[in-house]
Amino acid sequence: MTSATVPDVSVVDGELPADAVIVARLRQRDEAMFAALIDAWSPGMLRAARAFVADEHTAQDVVQETWIGVLRGIAKFEERSSVRTWAYRILLNRARTRGARDARTIPAGSLMPTREDEGPTVAPHRFRGADDPYPGHWRSHPPAWPSPEDRVVAGETRRQLAGALAGLPARQRIVVTLRDMQGYTSDEVCDLLQLTAANQRVLLHRGRAALRAALETYLTGEVA
Amino acid sequence: MDCDEFVELVTAYLEGSLDPDTERRFVEHLAGCDGCDRYLEQIRRTIAALGHLPAVGLAPQARDRLLTAFRDWDGG
Repeated sequence: MTSATVPDVSVVDGELPADAVIVARLRQRDEAMFAALIDAWSPGMLRAARAFVADEHTAQDVVQETWIGVLRGIAKFEERSSVRTWAYRILLNRARTRGARDARTIPAGSLMPTREDEGPTVAPHRFRGADDPYPGHWRSHPPAWPSPEDRVVAGETRRQLAGALAGLPARQRIVVTLRDMQGYTSDEVCDLLQLTAANQRVLLHRGRAALRAALETYLTGEVA
Repeated sequence: MDCDEFVELVTAYLEGSLDPDTERRFVEHLAGCDGCDRYLEQIRRTIAALGHLPAVGLAPQARDRLLTAFRDWDGG
C-alpha cells in the first residue's frame, strides 16, 4: 500500500494541493483527488450556475456536466490558467448553453452592463435637494441595523439576502457570486466573464447596493 | 464631496481603484459624515453576509455517478 508517487497531500478542510499536484493526481486516476475537488468546488459552482439557469435541478445537471468536462479535458490541460479558473470556464460555458436552451438566456457576451445599470444606486429622495442648504447630503442617515450577533435575526437575514440575490439581474448576480461568495479577484472575474475592469465594477457596485438596500428594508423597515 | 457622490464610489474605494485625489476626498468625507460611515459599514456587512450564506453541495447520487465515471474513464 505504498504506491503513491505523488505525496499524499491532505485535502481536508478545503485545503487543496497546488495545481501541479492536482493535475498530476487526476491524470494518475486518483479518485480521492477527484472527490476532494468535487466536494470543494461544487457548492460554489452550483451558486454560479444558478445565475444562468432556471432552477436548482438544472444547476445540478450543469455542475455534473462540468465535472465530466474536467475529466475529458484534464489530459490536455495546459495550466495557462489555474485549474479552478479553467473548471469555472467550462462551467460558465455549460451554464450559458443550458440557460439559452431554457429560454432564460444570457447569450455569450451579454454580461455587459445595460442602461438599467446606470443611474443612482441609492434612491435620490434619500438625499437633500438642490434648494436645501446641504444639497446631496442625507436627508436622514441610513438607520442603524441590529447587531449581527442576534442569531434569530441572522438566520432570517440570510434568507432575505439569498432571496434578494436571486432577484438580481443575472449579470449582477454572477459578478457578486464570484466576487463576494467565491472569493475571486476582480482580475479573475474579468477574465472569466470577458468584462472590462470598469464594467465588472459597475455590476458589482449595483449588485451590492441593491442587496444592502434589501437588507435595510428587512432590518429597519426603511423603504429604498 | 457630497453623500450622493460618496455612495456611488464605495465599490471603487473598496477595490482600491479610486485615483489619489478622489480617494483623499472620499476619506475626508467619510471622516466627517456619520451617515456615510454607516452606509459604508452596511455595505461591508452585506459583503460579509454574502460570504456566510450556507453552501449546498452536489447531490449524493450525482457525486456517486461522477466518481463511477472517473473510475471507468478510458481517457478518451
